Amino acid sequence: MSKFKLVINDEKLEVEADPNMPLLWVLRDKLKLTGTKFGCGIAQCGACTVHIDGNAIRSCVLPISAVSGDVTTIEGLADGGNLHPLQEAWIEHDVPQCGYCQAGQIMTAASLLASNPQPSDSEIDAALAGNYCRCGTYIRIRKAVHTAASYYNADRGAQS
Amino acid sequence: MSGVRLNRRNLLKVSALAGGGLMLEMTLPAATAAEDSSTLVRSKELNVYVQIAPDGQITIFSSNPEMGQGIKTSLPMIIAEEMGAKWEDVQVLDAPIDGSKFGMQGAGGSTSIPRNFDTMRRMGATAREMLIGAAALLMEVERDGLEARDSLVVHQSGESRTFGQLAALAAEQPVPDPEQLSFKDPRSYTIIGTSVGGVDNLVIATGQSQFGIDVDLPDMKYASYTRCPQVGGKAISFNEAEIKGMAGITDAFILEPDERSGKASMAFLEGMAVLRGGVAIVGDDTWSVFQAKNKLKINWDESSASHDSWSQMISRARQIAGEGGGEVRLANGQVDSALTNSDNQQIESFYQFPYVAHICMEPMNCTAHFKKAVAGQPDSMDIWIGSQFPPQVKEIAESLLGIAPENVTVHALRLGGGFGRRAVHDFAAEVIAISGRVSAPVKLTWTRTDDIHNDFFRAGGFENMKAAIDPNGQLAAWDQHYIGFNYNGRKAIGSGLAGNEFSMTALDTARVTQTMMDIDTPCGAWRAPGSNTNAFVEQSFIHELALLAGRDHLEFLIELMGSRRWVDEGNVNSLNTGRAIDVIKLAAEKADWGKTMPPGKAQGLSFYFCHAAHVAEIAEVSVDADRNFEVEKVTVAVDVGPIINMSGAISQVQGSVIDGLSTMALQQITMENGVIEQNNFDQYPVMRIASTPQVDVHFIQSDYTSTGLGEPALPPLAPAVTNAIFAATGVRIRSMPLSEQGFKLV
Repeated sequence: MSKFKLVINDEKLEVEADPNMPLLWVLRDKLKLTGTKFGCGIAQCGACTVHIDGNAIRSCVLPISAVSGDVTTIEGLADGGNLHPLQEAWIEHDVPQCGYCQAGQIMTAASLLASNPQPSDSEIDAALAGNYCRCGTYIRIRKAVHTAASYYNADRGAQS
Repeated sequence: MSGVRLNRRNLLKVSALAGGGLMLEMTLPAATAAEDSSTLVRSKELNVYVQIAPDGQITIFSSNPEMGQGIKTSLPMIIAEEMGAKWEDVQVLDAPIDGSKFGMQGAGGSTSIPRNFDTMRRMGATAREMLIGAAALLMEVERDGLEARDSLVVHQSGESRTFGQLAALAAEQPVPDPEQLSFKDPRSYTIIGTSVGGVDNLVIATGQSQFGIDVDLPDMKYASYTRCPQVGGKAISFNEAEIKGMAGITDAFILEPDERSGKASMAFLEGMAVLRGGVAIVGDDTWSVFQAKNKLKINWDESSASHDSWSQMISRARQIAGEGGGEVRLANGQVDSALTNSDNQQIESFYQFPYVAHICMEPMNCTAHFKKAVAGQPDSMDIWIGSQFPPQVKEIAESLLGIAPENVTVHALRLGGGFGRRAVHDFAAEVIAISGRVSAPVKLTWTRTDDIHNDFFRAGGFENMKAAIDPNGQLAAWDQHYIGFNYNGRKAIGSGLAGNEFSMTALDTARVTQTMMDIDTPCGAWRAPGSNTNAFVEQSFIHELALLAGRDHLEFLIELMGSRRWVDEGNVNSLNTGRAIDVIKLAAEKADWGKTMPPGKAQGLSFYFCHAAHVAEIAEVSVDADRNFEVEKVTVAVDVGPIINMSGAISQVQGSVIDGLSTMALQQITMENGVIEQNNFDQYPVMRIASTPQVDVHFIQSDYTSTGLGEPALPPLAPAVTNAIFAATGVRIRSMPLSEQGFKLV
């Protein structure tokens, strides 16, 4: 066991864990941040997607000892009381069915929008290629990402 | 509190809420479930609770498990509509698992809507009449001039009272006679038929939703469980000292297979050890128990284990198909003479479909807390589970540990996918046994490999199809030989034919036979059992027949329906050929059937009837020279009666099309010497977003009863795609998945 200093959802904290324990299980079992889901354990399904310094990564295969930046999970995506544009769009388009994969979908999409505020369908497809949805909500996921992009850009315009 | 018995069919209780509100509780025997797959649905009763608080907040308790089918949103919509509520004033809370209050709390067979529609409507109408009664008293006006809408009771003079203002007095009003209840004209609906977002969307989008796998309890232990790779094997010994010495591991032990867990889990599993023999590992976190699981060296007793072999099943099925015969399920008309008449054209085709897994995105998991009897208190247990039939796990606790059902508390959580998998509770049996052993709260999580290897699979199978076309190009005879599987001494769910499926029921000259082989590989219900494979075979074969007859597929398919009628006269859940023709024509019209398309691109048509739903689908597919195929568009026409939640309905249809495409294009489970050969998503892939077609959904909102939509839009997808591939390439695909036929989904 070793101690690791982490910044998770803007909060500094220290956690004791085996250096090989994947970030996913540190989040879920040690920090009780269960919004990040376990799906396959081999980085195939994307249910475990979180951000490290804004980049989407698969937390199920990333050892805690290799975490090199600030971590954001689905619980930390909203800005205080304000939902992230993607979360608003997800609700507006009634995207979820069972809902289990959706945190991973949203986190991947958030990373996409941060680097590409106006993605095309094929750019959305490429970014979200690592996120399975067995319920088959892909059509609404695409729509919601486009809608969120329009909110996102409107917000940016208002701020600049 | 006053309790009023309405009649022998239902019971309504009215209570005053603390602080001056109204609470209605209605118990109704649910209508007999309509469908073959409803063998899953055992209970006949359901309860509904509605509360109206003085502040106007309307609370409806949802008692059916939510697994993505949208029932937690759609059933409350029916109550709110009939009550005259404003949807924004409604909150939906999960009902506790309590058989004495909520009766049957289950989901399966697309039956929740048809079973519950009338109950929900009555509940809403009863509340509305009592609110109106209270308003008449308060406003000192005649009831006739009052109307409930937007959470108000409004008088024709314009005066109104809010539901909140009326709730306390409403609780004192006489309960209306159920025989006299009147219902809203559907044309005046303001909630039913609109698009309403899922009531849990916010918690899902913010990561707050509680699935079974998210349960966390004080002092909770984590567990893994490892079963014999050959189903039916049991553990003799393992490297106990090494495992127990690993970091984060607190205990490890063998569990014996337990046959008592079978019937307690599901009737069709009677006598089966759904609690399979294996090794339990208990520790401080999920990762530690997964790590230790990887280090296990287990000595297995495989003397009574499965030796199932998919390759041998295929050879055997081909042999059986050649021999013919089988148990006769249906025999209409002179099939043999038509098949041998030299004036007719004959055709014979052998179809095959594989075993498939459920792969719910949330791997199987369950948490149990066994509390040993102390100081006069009996043994008790709490169980947290995402299940399609959560009350069922009480029987498992009773059968394995002897805990009386009244001392078992079940906490039902949202399901990260069900699709039939979470109707069987083997994972619950495991953790119930583990917690019983360690007397602590324990969460068992399956790895994805556990989840795939230990599924209750959709049974694979085979159908040998023969038919004759007469000189007029009409179908003269249909001969269908199903070669399927018995599991646990009975027909595996969805395997074999009942003899009442479309297409045969619509045909005058038809014979259906079946031969069943015994297997040990566990089988269960998989989204639209039976239909999801029969549709592929029958609708592909009908296309083959149309081509043989030199006829347009659309015209040939409609001709097979014959006159407009209920095939089973008087049964509104049977195939109605008129409804079938209407959805087929609508799909054809919307997809512009027969339009000119460039080389390598074509349309394929199919229709299927199941779960009381009539669904037609047309796929537009392009195929390149390397057999890469893209499904560009799927046009779907559906008649399930009036739609409750338009957003949810469209989502179910689109999801079914995508799920159907994913399965038929990519997925199969194979086994050799009893061992499942696929281990994780790298070997058992799910379709990714880039392959998603445009899916246009059209509803015919006929006046018949609303029926469920969680399953019936899936079966027609596969044949629509393979028929289109034939039209584009001339290659007939008679076996799924397409990836095994050299066709790659892009």
